[in-house]
Amino acid sequence: MRFTVAKAKGQHAATRRQTITRLMATAALLATTALTGLGFGMSSARAEDEIRIGVIYPLTGAAASTGVELKAAAELAAAMANKEIATPDGLVVGAGMPHLKGAKIKLIFGDHQGNPQVGATEAERLITTEKVVALTGAYFSNVTATASQVAERYGVPFLNGESSSASLTQRKFKWFFRTTPHDDLFVTNFFTFLEEMEKKTGKELRTLGLFNENTLWGNETTKLQVKLSDERKFKITEKIIYPAKTTQMTSEVQRLKAANPAVIMQSSYLGDAILSMKTYKELGFSPSMLLANDAGFNDSEFLKTLGKDGEYIISREVWALDQAERNPLIKKVNDLMRERSGVNFNGNSARAFTGIAVLADAIDRAGSTKPEDIRKALQETNIPASGLIMPWKGIKFDASGQNELGQGIIVQVQDGKYMTVWPFDVATKDIVFPMPAWDKR
Amino acid sequence: MTADILLQVLVSGLLIGLIYALVAVGLTLIYGVMDIVNFAHGEFLMLGMYASFWAFTLFHVDPVIALPITAVLLFGVGIVVYQTVIRRVLKAPMLSQIFATFGLMILLRGLAQFFWKPDHRLIPDSLVSGNIALGPVQFGLPQVIAALGAVGVTGALWFFLHRTRLGTALEATAIDREAATLMGIDGQKMFALAWGIGAACAGIAGGLIATFFPIFPEVGSNFILIAFVVVVLGGFGSVAGAFLAGIIVGLIEVVGGFVIGPEYKTAIVLSLLLIVLLVRPKGLMGKA
Repeated sequence: MRFTVAKAKGQHAATRRQTITRLMATAALLATTALTGLGFGMSSARAEDEIRIGVIYPLTGAAASTGVELKAAAELAAAMANKEIATPDGLVVGAGMPHLKGAKIKLIFGDHQGNPQVGATEAERLITTEKVVALTGAYFSNVTATASQVAERYGVPFLNGESSSASLTQRKFKWFFRTTPHDDLFVTNFFTFLEEMEKKTGKELRTLGLFNENTLWGNETTKLQVKLSDERKFKITEKIIYPAKTTQMTSEVQRLKAANPAVIMQSSYLGDAILSMKTYKELGFSPSMLLANDAGFNDSEFLKTLGKDGEYIISREVWALDQAERNPLIKKVNDLMRERSGVNFNGNSARAFTGIAVLADAIDRAGSTKPEDIRKALQETNIPASGLIMPWKGIKFDASGQNELGQGIIVQVQDGKYMTVWPFDVATKDIVFPMPAWDKR
Repeated sequence: MTADILLQVLVSGLLIGLIYALVAVGLTLIYGVMDIVNFAHGEFLMLGMYASFWAFTLFHVDPVIALPITAVLLFGVGIVVYQTVIRRVLKAPMLSQIFATFGLMILLRGLAQFFWKPDHRLIPDSLVSGNIALGPVQFGLPQVIAALGAVGVTGALWFFLHRTRLGTALEATAIDREAATLMGIDGQKMFALAWGIGAACAGIAGGLIATFFPIFPEVGSNFILIAFVVVVLGGFGSVAGAFLAGIIVGLIEVVGGFVIGPEYKTAIVLSLLLIVLLVRPKGLMGKA
């Protein structure tokens, strides 16, 4: 009897173990299918005249909504290169692929889910299984870092269009190219902007109050700002690195108020950005200029929550829709984007579009799909501003692979919209300066 | 540093300190009555803020007017939490109690994020908005109302505990549960009441803060750490102590942050916590 019980128990345990094993196997299988499904779907036909480009974006996970927009932008650029839709004159991809006898570009998408490890695996899969001739992506700087490492190892060109961490082009990679300006350049832009503002208005803007949050980003920004103000003879009258996610900013704002600098340079994520604006208003502090470092101040929630109190802040951007008013090319391309995917371009998708366009242009000029030829063509890239939908001076890569003609723009909230106010030659609105005091609005 | 600025900093510190006090009294009350630390207290605050937000967005009721509703709602939440979660771990080891309230914290945050999205929201143009200037000193009207509300609620709570029959029963349970039971006081009812009142205090604090602070699912985490410092400084379980300690912490944070540097303001407050724990572990007015 005892034996039977033991046996029954054993059997029971065995069945349970089997069930668990089976369940796990099924789960693993499902996971694999889900992961590679995208790849399988894409790799059905492989014609001879196909130019296969691997594109790695966050198509699932927290940043999926951005990933979907990036994908739409990439597909628009590919459709233009393939002459599937009419392309406005002068655009960098407009010519099709004449040097490759009209070969068609085929984008093979990989999904990194916001995870650097997955990004590297996807890069490997695209290179070895899908035999792509070049890679692009990956939006997240940390994923771009790992994925481009794989490309470097295999000797495949990697063109990054939308990651802004400065360190990416400091790695002395041979196969890495980046079209977008990086974070350091954006901060440098601030100082150039201030100097030009001084010339334009005849007012001194030499005293700065640095007001940055205390995580990696805020600290790095502070260091760079201190260095640049030394070099360019600006004076920092107050430097505050505040604890992120705080309950009150009274002490911070009081100190800024006491130091009374002409310009506040602020780096904050959304919650802190909102709280600081509220505190400025509460304590009646209005510097003549509030110069924000993107992030919280450009979040779509910022103006939605603050409404009128968000007016007149100045922030950096990579792109703004009002550019379409200035440049008919941008308007045409944006119309095509909206027609196809129902959304307007934004800073991310416009940069993704440009990345694919530049890559297609380089492959065409290379007249070949050999990685070495494409790399050489990328190095020789020299695209004028008129061929781009970006507010840049053009595209030309330096030895590190960084586009040296890129620049950010500076926007100001006017009537509830972000309007380009600098560089002055691409501005759509005059800057409102000084910022009106709270009681005079 | 001029006298004007110093005065302004003191006023700002006092105002935020009173709000800290209100958040902390609920926490200290629950602890005082039943020796359970409620890690989900910040989430009660968050629920109070969302209650005000939805009252404003859906029914156009101003947060200040909605305060009684918010209080009743959160009182209900407190009772439900007690009946469903806390009652089951009353006799469990302390670690289980900590994990129960800690788990509740994560659950409430997760639910808020799921139902209300992780967006930051703000109540625009509340009845109480704008500034008052008294000479060189500026007050934000929302902050002044919130501070006055905090004084009122803490005062009412003190009155309830010391001057009413039910409140005295609650105090009696806090002092000696068994003796109170022998006197015919229903311990279970008192515990539930403590949770209800504790949550209602957090809810009122949330409703008052919602007039000037962004509302998002993680907002409780901004306040809870300071609330713990206040409770420790005031003495675990002491409402009057928490009130006094809230003001002290607010003043030290704002004035210290201004004088020494805002980057150190959290460090200053947390050093205070360490010092209190070392020198006077029972806090200013705690029971031994």
